[in-house]
Amino acid sequence: MGSASSMLTQYDIEEVQEHCNHLFSQQEIVCLYQRFCQLDRNAKGFISSDEFLSIPEFVMNPLSQRLLKMVDGLNFKDFVAFLSAFSTKASAHQKIELIFKVYDSDRNGKVSFKDILEVLKDLSGSYMSDEQREEVLGQVLKEAGYSKDCYLTLDDFTKVLGHSGVKMDVEVPVD
Amino acid sequence: MNSTGTLKSSSSELDLDRPNIEDYLPSGAAIQQEPCGKLRLHDLLDISPTLSEAAGAIVDDSFTRCFKSNPPEPWNWNIYLFPLWCFGVFLRYLIIFPTRALVLTIGWIIFLSAFIPVHLLLKGHDKLRRNIERSLVEMMCGFFVASWTGVVKYHGPRPSRRPKQVFVANHTSMIDFIILEQMTAFAVIMQKHPGWVGLLQSTILESVGCIWFNRSEAKDREIVARKLRDHVQGTDNNPLLIFPEGTCVNNHYTVMFKKGAFELGCTVCPIAIKYNKIFVDAFWNSRKQSFTTHLLQLMTSWAVVCDVWYLEPQNLKPGETPIEFAERVRDIISTRAGLKMVPWDGYLKYSRPSPKHRERKQQNFAESVLRRLEEK
Repeated sequence: MGSASSMLTQYDIEEVQEHCNHLFSQQEIVCLYQRFCQLDRNAKGFISSDEFLSIPEFVMNPLSQRLLKMVDGLNFKDFVAFLSAFSTKASAHQKIELIFKVYDSDRNGKVSFKDILEVLKDLSGSYMSDEQREEVLGQVLKEAGYSKDCYLTLDDFTKVLGHSGVKMDVEVPVD
Repeated sequence: MNSTGTLKSSSSELDLDRPNIEDYLPSGAAIQQEPCGKLRLHDLLDISPTLSEAAGAIVDDSFTRCFKSNPPEPWNWNIYLFPLWCFGVFLRYLIIFPTRALVLTIGWIIFLSAFIPVHLLLKGHDKLRRNIERSLVEMMCGFFVASWTGVVKYHGPRPSRRPKQVFVANHTSMIDFIILEQMTAFAVIMQKHPGWVGLLQSTILESVGCIWFNRSEAKDREIVARKLRDHVQGTDNNPLLIFPEGTCVNNHYTVMFKKGAFELGCTVCPIAIKYNKIFVDAFWNSRKQSFTTHLLQLMTSWAVVCDVWYLEPQNLKPGETPIEFAERVRDIISTRAGLKMVPWDGYLKYSRPSPKHRERKQQNFAESVLRRLEEK
């Protein structure tokens, strides 16, 4: 039962809070730490893919593999920083930035037609054919003023997603 | 009986006849109102609902909550409580524990010295031998319960030995079986364990008529179902006790009941067990400790306090499927013991959920996109 005995000191909590730009309250950080220790079974200091995949609700999510790549092996500080985009206090820009990172799997700062197709494939599975996906995407891109060979940057994402707001909040249950 | 494809693995078979999880999951699943209107780039790029669900699962999920043990609350934090606690530790480890170990050893000696002769010598007189062995097993379980200073309150009429009935109970630890066995010699269906527990299972428990299963074997389900049916038909067999959750849960929640016990065509008698965690958490977290460690933890605590309720026998209502029957009985047990029901299969502790759930989400998404594409 390593979880309860490895307590966070006030310094630790403040350091983590600093790292996530104060997007979580101190109490939320303590609860996230309890959750982190619960998932990290042998107190290695990070959560492995296997341990994430032992959460059935997570496995059922179509984007679980993509998120797994981003969150696998993070230590607690980075884990909280990752989740900070989901905080209710996070700005729309931070949320859009996370969405952009999910699309931009090769981290080159731009999202190509192929990148979006890959995410669409995760979301629709075998219920849409590749041709259907290409056709749908091509059509909506054209209507928005982009061509198939265009690369979308973070600014483009902000333009497309920005004005109707992005609702991406997760509440940390504080007991 | 569902028969969609014969080549599915056993884990998806387990899932094929589950009630729809989406019916149970709270508002998380209902966030997305039906999107409508012409399809735009914004709609395809906005993956925020899916991401929120995934992050929500990382932060807290109802399945992992079922297997959380209570961390021991420290109460010895100041100058006068600390010596008191030290004294308590001294008492528990150096006086009470050896006494209990001694009581248990005496119990084993009495038991074995009566059981082995009876088992070997009375081979011809089956009925007499069985009665004596039954009483001996009940006595031995009594010794076990005494070795943790078990304070067990039984409520309700004691189980009677009649054919065509099974008993079902919620499961927190292997000691559930011992606590119930102390009152009535049940035949139980158990996972075959390695080590000294396995030895006990194959020698002594064999005499009360236990049935073994192996979670990892795919074909096992049908073999076990047949054994169960045979056992229940026999008139002289001990009443059968089944833990339909299939795994140990932390006594605050119940996971879904497997329907095996509910399609045998006999009366189901529910038993609810609730542990009072005041002195010790009786949940056996098999991921974190072996059974021996768990027993030692119990033997060095003050007491194990629990309530056992024998509830009203239930029958399959006309027009009710075995799954609905199982959920109804689970509701009866959970209400009596004050447990919350969660819609997860306990075997997800050992295997991944079937791809069916992810596929349903993918299907919903694909259909919504294609439909909106048509709209002008």
